[in-house]
Amino acid sequence: MKKIINDPNQVVQDMVDGLVAAFPETLKQVPDTFVVARADSAVTGKVALVSGGGSGHEPAHAGYIGKGMLDAAVCGEVFTSPTPDQVFEAIKAVDSGEGVFLVIKNYTGDVLNFEMAAELAEAEGIKVANVIVNDDVAVEDSSFTTGRRGIAGTVFVHKIAGAKAEVGGTLDEVKGVAEKVVANVRSMGMALTPCTVPAAGEPSFTLAENEMEIGMGIHGEPGINRGSIASADEIADTLMGKILEDYDFSGEVAVLVNGLGSTPEMELYILNKKVQDILADRGIKVYKTFVGEYMTSLEMAGCSVSLLKLDDELKELLNAESLAPAFRM
Amino acid sequence: MELHARDMVNWFELANEKIKQNKSYLTSLDQPIGDGDHGINMARGYQEAVNRLLAKEYSEPSEVLKDASMALLSKVGGASGPLYGTAFLKMAMAVKGKDYLDLESLSVGVKAALDGLKQRGKSETGEKTMIDVWSPVATYFSNPSSFHSNGLVETARTAMEKTKDTMATKGRASYFKEKSIGHIDPGSASSCYIFEALAEVIGEKE
Ligand SMILES: Nc1ncnc2c1ncn2[C@@H]1O[C@H](COP(=O)(O)OP(=O)(O)OP(=O)(O)O)[C@@H](O)[C@H]1O
Ligand SMILES: [Mg+2]
Repeated sequence: MKKIINDPNQVVQDMVDGLVAAFPETLKQVPDTFVVARADSAVTGKVALVSGGGSGHEPAHAGYIGKGMLDAAVCGEVFTSPTPDQVFEAIKAVDSGEGVFLVIKNYTGDVLNFEMAAELAEAEGIKVANVIVNDDVAVEDSSFTTGRRGIAGTVFVHKIAGAKAEVGGTLDEVKGVAEKVVANVRSMGMALTPCTVPAAGEPSFTLAENEMEIGMGIHGEPGINRGSIASADEIADTLMGKILEDYDFSGEVAVLVNGLGSTPEMELYILNKKVQDILADRGIKVYKTFVGEYMTSLEMAGCSVSLLKLDDELKELLNAESLAPAFRM
Repeated sequence: MELHARDMVNWFELANEKIKQNKSYLTSLDQPIGDGDHGINMARGYQEAVNRLLAKEYSEPSEVLKDASMALLSKVGGASGPLYGTAFLKMAMAVKGKDYLDLESLSVGVKAALDGLKQRGKSETGEKTMIDVWSPVATYFSNPSSFHSNGLVETARTAMEKTKDTMATKGRASYFKEKSIGHIDPGSASSCYIFEALAEVIGEKE
């Protein structure tokens, strides 16, 4: 393992310290927790947004804290969901009395820990609501099982629900628009190399030099299939094929081409070229494109593509101002 | 057979020992069908539970269970943190006010924990989760006249082994669908250690 760290068991602590030190005027750490919050929280008169999950997906989620997006993010251990007491601290730190909205990615751990925190908050009289993001089309959509994972599409939920809260949306309205994003967003990823959780010291799986895995999750969970490495155009075809087959995107969309940690932007742009061509061929209009690292998986090489189908409301909220360091608009 | 507060503390100490000894094994079970953190999560949480329990004096079993539950909730993380936290909290609530636990009150406690797990995990037996161990164990407890600590160990081990044959429909392992068959569920293995530890505590009193 070759990493710029001090102690594999202290990485979350050290990262949070360094992050807050980088943005002292906009971020603060809730004392004795791994909760990062807007420096000016609780923001009076505004519904607050809390997200979080395992660490290792930076800039998700703490990079999305700022005016127009999240009020707080809870940083769990690497790839492990944060505990209810930590989420509860986040809720308490940002609640202004208007209620707190939780953005949860659909992993059993995240769902259970956030739900328990919500129960603790409700017991103290804090209004809470949530949305569960499940955009990964690589996993079968089923109500009998755990169902689809939440991946990079979550960033659109943060952006749009955050904008809604910023313009004075009520807790119900924020929930409404967040659910609309979840209903209209789909993603799929692929990986070229694994990643190493610092405390584990070894990669969680292996991929041969000439192999890639399609449909890989952001913690190295398995994909749909493992095959020989293909060209950027073929990869775009595969990911887009699955996404477009899953949902009717005719109309206008936002595109998010996301790097998983060690994929050069050059490669992301090469992939994006084909993504745009595929959309043009289908007559789908692209309203806005984002290319870069939005939800990573430590140093994994690979990418994901997300599409969000837009209407006027979503367009306006997507375009609204955001001062979050990782999503300035 | 009477389990007092100090026996309950002893239960968590023994469970902690077993989890610590089998930390890498638990993690290795979580690697093929999960994210390889179960042993790390459980070891972190049980150590914290034992630290907290040893730092305090207890007069009631339910107080021990409640503090253990809170420690697990705040230290395990992942899916198993809230699940074990809920299980022991429900158990604590079900036996609240008792000076000691006999087989009957243990049975009530284990049943309450099982119901808590099902509710929290929105799952049933047969989904390849720790519920597959807790459920037959609760049934085994429900007949105190034929109860023996060896039988408890056997029930838990058999149930844990059986998770090998089932396909996961809940938790991370569900992403693997059919490929989850042939692997023991990590949460069932850790639950098995917990009941082996309980059997040891009960066994000393039989
Ligand atoms: N819905 C559920 N109901 C009951 N038990 C469950 C459920 N989901 C998972 N489990 C149990 O939890 C165990 C996994 O716990 P673990 O601590 O590894 O959490 P995790 O799924 O890796 O969490 P995270 O995704 O946050 O890392 C499984 O082996 C299973 O026994
Ligand atoms: Mg796990």
